[in-house]
Amino acid sequence: MLNRTIAPPIKDAIDFDITLKDCTRMSLSNGVPVYYINDGAEEVAMIDFVFEAGNNYENKNGVAVATNHLIKNGTTKRNAFEITEYFEYYGAYLSRKCYNETASITLHCLAKHLKELLPLIRELITVSIFPQSELEIFQQNSIQRLSVNMLKCDFVANRLIDQYLYGPNHPYGRVSTKENVEAITRQDVLDFYRDFYNNAKCSIFSAGKLPADFEELLDFQFGDLSLNNKIITVKHTRELALQKKHFIRNDHNGVQGAIRIGRPFPDRKHPDFKKAIVLNTLYGGYFGSRLMGNIREDKGYTYGIHSYLENHLEESSWVVSTEAGKEVCQATIDEVYKEMELLRNEPINAEELLLVKNYMMGLNLGYIDGPFQIISRWKSLILNQLDENYFYDSIRVIKEVTSKELLELANKYLVPEDFFELLVI
Amino acid sequence: MINFERFTLNNGLRVIVHEDKSTPMAVVDVMYDVGARDEDEEHTGFAHLFEHLMFGGSLHIESYDEPLQMAGGENNAYTTNDLTNYYCQLPAENIETAFWLESDRMCSLAFNENSLEVQRKVVSEEFKEQYINKPYGDVWHKLRELSYKEHPYKWMTIGKKLSHIENAKLQDVKDFFFKHYTPSNAILTVAGNVTVDQIKQLAEKWFGDIPAGKKYDRKIKQEPEQKEPRMMEVTESVPLDALYKCWHIASRLDKRYYVTEIISEILAGGASSRLFQSLVKEQQLFSSIECSHMGSIDPGLLYIDGKLLKGVSLEVAENAVIVELEKMKTELISKVELEKIKNKTESMLAFEDISLMNRANSLANYELLGDANLMNTELESYQAVTREEIMEECKRVFVDTNCSTLYYRSTIKETVMDADVQLRYP
Repeated sequence: MLNRTIAPPIKDAIDFDITLKDCTRMSLSNGVPVYYINDGAEEVAMIDFVFEAGNNYENKNGVAVATNHLIKNGTTKRNAFEITEYFEYYGAYLSRKCYNETASITLHCLAKHLKELLPLIRELITVSIFPQSELEIFQQNSIQRLSVNMLKCDFVANRLIDQYLYGPNHPYGRVSTKENVEAITRQDVLDFYRDFYNNAKCSIFSAGKLPADFEELLDFQFGDLSLNNKIITVKHTRELALQKKHFIRNDHNGVQGAIRIGRPFPDRKHPDFKKAIVLNTLYGGYFGSRLMGNIREDKGYTYGIHSYLENHLEESSWVVSTEAGKEVCQATIDEVYKEMELLRNEPINAEELLLVKNYMMGLNLGYIDGPFQIISRWKSLILNQLDENYFYDSIRVIKEVTSKELLELANKYLVPEDFFELLVI
Repeated sequence: MINFERFTLNNGLRVIVHEDKSTPMAVVDVMYDVGARDEDEEHTGFAHLFEHLMFGGSLHIESYDEPLQMAGGENNAYTTNDLTNYYCQLPAENIETAFWLESDRMCSLAFNENSLEVQRKVVSEEFKEQYINKPYGDVWHKLRELSYKEHPYKWMTIGKKLSHIENAKLQDVKDFFFKHYTPSNAILTVAGNVTVDQIKQLAEKWFGDIPAGKKYDRKIKQEPEQKEPRMMEVTESVPLDALYKCWHIASRLDKRYYVTEIISEILAGGASSRLFQSLVKEQQLFSSIECSHMGSIDPGLLYIDGKLLKGVSLEVAENAVIVELEKMKTELISKVELEKIKNKTESMLAFEDISLMNRANSLANYELLGDANLMNTELESYQAVTREEIMEECKRVFVDTNCSTLYYRSTIKETVMDADVQLRYP
């Protein structure tokens, strides 16, 4: 008879060896670095062009996003419809994303179509014309979308906490408003395009079942362009809000409040960062975390509560985020601080620590499963100017960090006086 | 081509194994053939509430999550109107932990009063977060009630009203479990770095002795044909007017389902689609427009959902949509347009198959529909669709008497766009 009360033996995930498979590196004739993994079971490919063209580099709010978004809305040879239809005809998906430091153009397609599609990407980064009519539609629709989002407490809270933690002029704290969007001109976009796409600092990441002549194909299309320039990085200073606690009444019919509790935190090269990732996981970074266990699974105040270290290149922040019933918002906030206090006062017991470590190791093992996952690990390292040693060191910290170190870390960082607190209802 | 093997245990549990030696991981997916359509109209939201309770401890194991996390695993679950799915991913070497946990909760839950109490609150907060505290959050609640008069698709998975969840009793929970959570009503799918022999042995060991239970006999009232156009108007404090239209379509296993899928792609599948190009870009009547369908097993709905530009009237916007639909009914779409959609479908399916979790989930889904191998013939079904079939289907679907329309009128004239200029105090 099977005894179901006894758990099957497990191999502790901390005993797993995790190896980050290397990626192939090459440079185009102009020096643009290319990182790729040619592997996979499906006949698909992904290619990601990453430009130093995030909102860090704009002089006017919203120009970086507008340029990135509209880059496929007209070239000297084709209009917006023709461009989209060309990609879609080949079953390809072209996406654009604009972040703080970088902005990307990403293509997902069947590998056999790369040859037909890459020339059009060349067209987008060399001869886009940003028609006035396209800019106007973009402005109009952005403003409409913003008006809907501004009624959502979580959206409003995310904007404000970033402003408190970095300052409204810092690229990490800057938000878009109706006035900013309206103020963008075609000339702003054209200038930004010239300075950060035509004459760019670009890196290329790719994965999938790539064609045999992949390197030649890339060099032929992009090796002669001005994509490997030195771009002067502007240093921004963090300006913390003067006041720590904020309450915003946003929607008079609101039945829930959005809570954000955050503190400034150094960047990922700081010696505490890797350990803080472990402490954060335990505190609010996974389903079994202290915050989830107490505030969702014990008290039922919320559908979910999470904490995270923001993924920025320069400085970061440590933030707790949740939406809770209007009546229990204050109780939720109190419990968030109580859980900090517990971590400052009581060492984490061996079993819970092992559980978190095993969980994180399992997660890391899954993160390097398959070429698409592996290239995104490499991309994250490379864009942060790190190498595989950083990856292996993070794994080592997960395996080796002690309860005593985490207690010290909690006493250093999980201090209520350092946190900015926001409630939006 | 996704390879897999299938076998059935004596108690009726269907097992699917998909070997993939390239990964260090394994996925264990348990799909139960029960969803919101199996609920009683006075106790809606139950299948989903139940999903939460499945994590509150089982017969011999106090907690589901902790042992799984200790084994390096991660898990989640979801409920739809048709089914409930539980899945976890963990290092393949620790796969037996997942068998231990999943089989124990198939034996029986702990039925803990406290867990019910807490999860009632959690689900109430989920209800508020997703359907109340958000502009346009109640749209699907209204559209389902307008479109379905008999079929249980008339309520959402989360439930018809909060009170149904708040009033759930422990006895209801027990009855629901023994009615639906039986081996013969479930599919176990295992994917990843495993072997078929290993899974046969583990499945027999952990699931083999669970009693078969009584086979659930699904008796659902099917929706009678809609015979009149239906119209609803609401006025809410949202910033933009919005237009919703939906039409009854064929069931998941009908060949016409694939035709409908292609129709929704032609209409609004991307920035070169018809509605986007004509109504957002050229005529500038909408700031966004989407077309999709429910993807349900029983006959579902195809819907169009658009936010109007300020200053455009709902009547004008609706007419413009109808003009586009009329074109679909009277003119064959071009060969290039059809080819484009088929190419997009081909690459979308290929990208979906990259993730091990998706592969396991798709196999389970298709097995629930009747045959896991549908996963391998899916693309052919799309490829077979002709331009003539598309026109025929548009003529059949896009008729007034098959349509429900919702005008969602905005009361906000001038929107306040900057929350931080509002009242602020410590």
